[in-house]
Amino acid sequence: MTSLLSLVDTTGNTGETIVFWVCAIVAVVGALGMLLSHRAVHSALFIASTMIALAVLYVSLAAPFLGMTQIVVYTGAVMMLFLFVLMIVGVDSADSLVETIKGQRVAAILFGLAFAALLLAGIGSATFDVQGLDTANTIDGGNVQGIAHLIFGRYVLAFEVTSALLITAALGAMVLAHRERHTPRPTQRERSEERVRSGYPQNLPGPGVYALHNAVGTPALLPDGTPTDLSVPEPLRGVSAAVGVDHKDTARVVTLASGGAVGPADDEGTES
Amino acid sequence: MNPANYIYLSAILFSLGAVGVLVRRNVIVVFMCVELMLNASNLAFVAFARQHGNLDGQVIAFFVMVVAAAEVVVGLAIVMTIFRTRRSASVDEANLLKY
Repeated sequence: MTSLLSLVDTTGNTGETIVFWVCAIVAVVGALGMLLSHRAVHSALFIASTMIALAVLYVSLAAPFLGMTQIVVYTGAVMMLFLFVLMIVGVDSADSLVETIKGQRVAAILFGLAFAALLLAGIGSATFDVQGLDTANTIDGGNVQGIAHLIFGRYVLAFEVTSALLITAALGAMVLAHRERHTPRPTQRERSEERVRSGYPQNLPGPGVYALHNAVGTPALLPDGTPTDLSVPEPLRGVSAAVGVDHKDTARVVTLASGGAVGPADDEGTES
Repeated sequence: MNPANYIYLSAILFSLGAVGVLVRRNVIVVFMCVELMLNASNLAFVAFARQHGNLDGQVIAFFVMVVAAAEVVVGLAIVMTIFRTRRSASVDEANLLKY
């Protein structure tokens, strides 16, 4: 390990080297995990770890303000927004593995490898000499003060334009997320009239009414023994229409209701 | 430590993000990959700021963060709108801007 550190360490700053390698591994593993996990929620958690690792790297690069901003903005706001939308859109929405364009995945991976090779070769042929931020960070009394001096000095116009951008983004999100009501909201009177007109003004039967199982999906049995869909909630109708209805038992109920005589129930038969 | 390592890491993260944009079909994951690319460029900005000894790179990275946050807000609102009409979060479904 020490030989590996000395291999890459040219300035003798061992602490920064260790922080870099730990955070770099976490960041790359997080990015790979985001790329390879099929669930979108897992991708979100992986990229959150990448962003935290990058925040630590910013701090070790003498940018403590940006490190804190990274944690607050990215892991605090952006990723929460992502998770929020994921929960609305559907957590279970797994990625479809069908290739819509033939050979696109292979081509994309080849492109990524070539792009990375190009970038790494370009960086490898460049020479770097670090001047360090010690003077720049202390000239105004600190990193935050230095950045503030630049933002409200040389970059003040860009800063003002940024505020316009943020307002536009907020307004745009409100306009896009707003759903226009095409019909006026029904009043209480209209709703009660609608209910009477529907022909079934009374309460719908509960799931347990004469049913053989006290489950929501089990249709209730009417007094004459026939199952009714009215007790089943709308999304479950049709899905579990006949589930839980034992026709042997309903036949017994029908016989009883019509005044006939039936023998004792066979318990082992109803369990099937 | 070799200062180029930060730039190497930035290049690797950017490439992974680019591959993700091309490979993944879920529009939210594609968005996350774009965020990863922005983060990678931010890392390069901050590393270059230290190499050149002035804070301008950090200020630019700060602006990139602001723009990324605004972009995420609008982008996710568009995703919500598309999901409301098409009931899908796949990029293949959104082949028409209207309807």
